[in-house]
Amino acid sequence: MSSETKQILTTDGIPLEISLKKAERKNKIRAFLLVAPLLLFLIITYIFPIGEMFTRSIDDKMITNMLPKTFKSMETWDGKELPSEEVFASFLSDFKILVEKKEHGKLAQRLNKEKNGFNTITKKLFRQVKRNKIDETQSIKEQIMKVHKRWRNVEYWQAIKRTAPPYTSAKYLKAMDMYLNEDNKITQVSEDRRIHRILWLRTVEVAFFVTVFCFLMGYPIAHLLATLPMKYSNLLMICVLLPFWTSLLVRTASWMILLQQQGVVNDFFVLIGLVSDDNRPEMMYNKVGTYVAMTQILLPFMVLPLYSVMKTISPSLMRAGKSLGGTPFVAFWKVYFPLTIPGIGAGCLLVFILAIGYYITPALVGGASGTLISNQIAYHMKTTLDWSFASAMGLMLLGGVLVIYWLYNKLVGVDNIKLG
Amino acid sequence: MSKNTEFVKFDKVDKSYDGKVLVVKDLNLNISEGEFITMLGPSGSGKTTCLMMLAGFETPTNGEIYLDSNPISNIPPHKRGIGMVFQNYALFPHMTVYENLAFPLRVRKVQKDEIDKKVDKALSMVSLSGFESRMPAQLSGGQQQRVAVARALVFDPAVVLMDEPLGALDKNLRESMQYEIKHIHENIGVTVVYVTHDQGEALTMSNRIAVFNDGKVQQLSSPDKLYEEPVNSFVAEFIGENNTFGGEVTDISKDVCKVKLQNGEILANPVSVTSKGDKTTVSIRPERALINPKDKMDNNQTGKIEEVIYHGDHTRVRLDLLGNKEFILKVPNSSNELDLKLGNEIKVGWNSQDARALDPK
Repeated sequence: MSSETKQILTTDGIPLEISLKKAERKNKIRAFLLVAPLLLFLIITYIFPIGEMFTRSIDDKMITNMLPKTFKSMETWDGKELPSEEVFASFLSDFKILVEKKEHGKLAQRLNKEKNGFNTITKKLFRQVKRNKIDETQSIKEQIMKVHKRWRNVEYWQAIKRTAPPYTSAKYLKAMDMYLNEDNKITQVSEDRRIHRILWLRTVEVAFFVTVFCFLMGYPIAHLLATLPMKYSNLLMICVLLPFWTSLLVRTASWMILLQQQGVVNDFFVLIGLVSDDNRPEMMYNKVGTYVAMTQILLPFMVLPLYSVMKTISPSLMRAGKSLGGTPFVAFWKVYFPLTIPGIGAGCLLVFILAIGYYITPALVGGASGTLISNQIAYHMKTTLDWSFASAMGLMLLGGVLVIYWLYNKLVGVDNIKLG
Repeated sequence: MSKNTEFVKFDKVDKSYDGKVLVVKDLNLNISEGEFITMLGPSGSGKTTCLMMLAGFETPTNGEIYLDSNPISNIPPHKRGIGMVFQNYALFPHMTVYENLAFPLRVRKVQKDEIDKKVDKALSMVSLSGFESRMPAQLSGGQQQRVAVARALVFDPAVVLMDEPLGALDKNLRESMQYEIKHIHENIGVTVVYVTHDQGEALTMSNRIAVFNDGKVQQLSSPDKLYEEPVNSFVAEFIGENNTFGGEVTDISKDVCKVKLQNGEILANPVSVTSKGDKTTVSIRPERALINPKDKMDNNQTGKIEEVIYHGDHTRVRLDLLGNKEFILKVPNSSNELDLKLGNEIKVGWNSQDARALDPK
């Protein structure tokens, strides 16, 4: 009751809240309509594709749709001994439909991924079915078992059963060099086949060091930019921004010209006698090339947030620090540096996230030891056409970035980020 | 105990930023120990440059500055031991009030309990005890100002510089801060060099005022002398209000001279005129010219009221007097009723002593 008695009315007797909502409604609608195109754009180009990627990466419905009856009858099978006549019969009936649709090859391929050896025995069964050799009035189980001895092996039937769920984590496990073994346990692949984990680690390592290099080089530049008189700082700003106006490919290509063994940098080293002509160091097609080119390309992303933060720091603060008795270093370390942390955070986060998904530069100058996970993703997108695997790795990358963002928020606080 | 009258000494100091224009020209200035001296002048007059040279953020192009008889041009700012209050306070925004005040003590490696004591004392001096853990952004402008003053004093510097410290405060706060700073100065006896362009501030706070214009000290004297006896027309114009007449000296004796104006003649006090025929600007303070004077005055003129502006405690009357249409009178808002109406003619009188014949404009 008390809240009702307290309700404030406008002079016309309408409750104030309702009146306010009415007055604000037009503004709200207008605001929403203004952002609606962007929202739609985001949904279509960002949220929807990510959802699509996610379903693709865990999707295993193809085989579920191919063998509906088999999986249905397998539900009651304990999986320890060979399945019953009923399972064999439903399998045959599913298989016949696939043969009619000429999709039995796909089935063989998919099953072979689960367990080696399915290719042969599926082909053999196909021939029997094609020639109508299987008499459905007799025991189907006996006849299929006669097709190939592997059909008598319970492990193959277990493999079929494992493919029953419409979703699978296999792609994610594969990206971590792991797989589900026969007992449904997560197992590591043999050591000589572990390539993805190396790539993940290398990606994080490269991103980390590129961030460190960008910070070390960007901080003084940003400071100079923020403190120089306008006419010089504008010129310097153009130098910083110039890479932005040049095509990424051109920049990477120019690094190739500079860094290759017969390149400009090596020529210069030979000229000043740093290295001998027949012993030129390799600076490209390895990590060095990746570091150098990526640092240069990502440098503006470090400089700009730092600059925008430094620009707001009043020069009188440093003066105050000095006049109060701090040496220039103390004044810098205790006064100036802590105030630039929001810029450092923003710059590092930006560079790290961009570096972790970098593709074109490592692809061109990285060589074998300088390729990163994104190159692997591209490889699976373009060459093997295993899109679901590429999606899985892409999503893991996205997840990693979100984790870093979360960690950063815990450590520095997102409110402290200043992008400009 | 005799105080050192040359505690801070500017000796023939010149300063130029671009090698073409002198911002400070041949500055010679002695500041005694414990003095409150104000550098007053319009913007661009070189006063802040002088302060920055004293603090060590600018180097004199020529000449030398002495602090307690030691030349300081080659001493970096952090070794000069000069406290400074900046225009925008320059409090460290990422530190609490306590940490801000402890900063100068920590860099001097003072013991922790000693720091606590000094910070406590400094904060109580500016009546901000209990604010130790606040961040500067949580304080009002006046409080930030007081923290800045406390921080500049907490390490017992010999000299404290203040660069327009009250510029960002509103009028009432500014006035109360003026008294507060003045009292702090009186209590601890530190030498203060204060820079401002606000003459009211300069007049209320200082022992002496150096009026700067065009890179030079125009006049250095106590506030009352500066106001009552300006030595040139710039100072007369800059400090307080001022009615002026331009004219030529026609007769001159020891304490009085006759000045011929465009339409009329007045008697004036010869300050910077020496002989007949000198061009001069005669300056009269508005409060020294009286309406319908009862006593006999040296100058008696009649003027026409052009404008009446009500100011609360007084009324300003603009007259057309002797061809000067900007002649201002201040009429106190007392009970005697004057007929101040537009277009009325009134009688105005002043003594020749108060009409100072200065250099021509």
